[in-house]
Amino acid sequence: MRAYLSVFSARFCMLLQYRAAVVTDIAAEVFSGLIQVMIFAAFFAASDTPQPMTYAGVVTYVWVRQALLSLIAVTLDGDIHSLVRSGNITYELLRPLDLYTLWYTRSLAQRLAPALLHLVPVFGFAALFFDLGPPPTWAGALAWVASTLCALLLAAAVSCLLSISLLWTISGSGMEFLVIGVISVLSGAVVPLPFFPEWVQPILQALPFRGLVDLPIRLYTGHIPPAEALPVLAHQLGWVAALVLLGRWIFSRGTRRIVIQGG
Amino acid sequence: MSQIIVENLVKTYRIAERRPGLLGALRGVLHRHYRTIRALNGVSFSIEPGELVGYIGPNGAGKSTTVKVLSGILVPDAGRCQVLGRVPWKDRIEHVRRIGVVFGQRTQLWWDLPVIESFELLRDIYKVSQADYACRRDELIALLDLAPLLDVPVRQLSLGQRMRCDLAASLLHAPQVLFLDEPTIGLDAISKLAVRDFVRRLNQERGVTVILTTHDMDDIEALCTRVLVIGQGTILLDGTLEALRAAVSAERRLIIDLVEERAEITDPDAQVVQRNGHRVHLRFDPQRVPAAALISRITARHAVRDLFVENLPIEEVVARLYQGEEKCAPT
Repeated sequence: MRAYLSVFSARFCMLLQYRAAVVTDIAAEVFSGLIQVMIFAAFFAASDTPQPMTYAGVVTYVWVRQALLSLIAVTLDGDIHSLVRSGNITYELLRPLDLYTLWYTRSLAQRLAPALLHLVPVFGFAALFFDLGPPPTWAGALAWVASTLCALLLAAAVSCLLSISLLWTISGSGMEFLVIGVISVLSGAVVPLPFFPEWVQPILQALPFRGLVDLPIRLYTGHIPPAEALPVLAHQLGWVAALVLLGRWIFSRGTRRIVIQGG
Repeated sequence: MSQIIVENLVKTYRIAERRPGLLGALRGVLHRHYRTIRALNGVSFSIEPGELVGYIGPNGAGKSTTVKVLSGILVPDAGRCQVLGRVPWKDRIEHVRRIGVVFGQRTQLWWDLPVIESFELLRDIYKVSQADYACRRDELIALLDLAPLLDVPVRQLSLGQRMRCDLAASLLHAPQVLFLDEPTIGLDAISKLAVRDFVRRLNQERGVTVILTTHDMDDIEALCTRVLVIGQGTILLDGTLEALRAAVSAERRLIIDLVEERAEITDPDAQVVQRNGHRVHLRFDPQRVPAAALISRITARHAVRDLFVENLPIEEVVARLYQGEEKCAPT
């Protein structure tokens, strides 16, 4: 446990060093948030039928998502990518550590470090210019925090699966990007899931990805009432368990056939 | 019992081949051609505790593959392998706790961290107690002269400095077996000497078993009592340096500095292989003519300023061994 904690804190401190990266990432998050708010403003102005969410609700949704993006977005762990490509994964295998747990730890650190730095500026920007307020109730706030932590665990589990796929594909540019794109749509990172047509809803309900973005943020806005938080958390944690088990199983097969790149 | 046992190890790689050019690349998308390469083709040897073994062979001979199998990273296709009583790939975590590995072309240190923080991270990863860690750390810092490097981020170290730090990093958990894969590659002469000196002391004073792969024959001559020569996935020779020389040729060199520049040396048992000015290089077989007899014959006929006898340079010995193998290897 101590070993994983040390790896976590080393990685964490390292990520905090890159100040320029932090500033540009925050700028990018704010900028793309602005664009999406404008798109939704135009959409609501043009539509005269009742929508599943209010305009204010959608604006809150966009800004909370932008603030949490680095925490819950599914990405390819850049670290692991370069380890596999360069063959330095050799040294990962030479450590008396469980490799899946190690990669999962890396993934958590990679999310938490930037999120801590991005959260306050992006929230602050949205509070100043878009009237972003806290969750309407204390219960809602609590449910949001719990669900966001579950989303973090889920995002790390999904990203680990992607990283493991590198053991087969190595390049990590084709399939992985496609998968990341599809997941971000299915998670509600592009358009809030209530806007999807009726017939897709059961599919979205069943898939794990809404636990990444849609569920925690709708708990924040109160679109999902705090009373319904328990099934939400159960949905998220159930999928975390399933994906971690799947990842471990694939990993044990992947490391057996591993070919180390380079001499 | 032997510390390392390897029996009939076989490892093959499947390599996707691409035909040259754009058209070849496009065809490769539709239909892949695979070629099977036998990196290890029945390798067997065993190593006793405290040995310092040189593992040599040309590029692609299977050296690194062997080291990777022994360290539990690669699973072989067939054969048996035991290190410290364990099968490396079956019990990877327990196994790697007891071995140290250095790959000269890679670093195990964290690129962005100061060296000392990498060491502390390794202490936690290997669960070394603080007391043991402090003791080993201070000793390694003194032996490898690391004190000025400890606060420098790894990416700013020179290759020689990095290699010294990497050696220290591989030993913080006091492994009983150390695998060094080309530890002197790319190093300058002084760094090479420092690395060699350290490895020798480690082996002699601590009794750490060392397997060293290298292309630098000076490493082998300076350190190893035993050499394993591998070529095309099989062990060509396992024995002492002298046995390696004898297997190729017993030939020796006699180098003479003559007083007269134009004197011709003719002797039935020796041939001139090289001549520059006063210096003449002669080749002879000590089984046909003892060195003493040859020297006394020549000094009787010529005025000699200086002379000395040399073994065949080890590079040449190994090169001949490889060539011999290629000639008789069934391809």
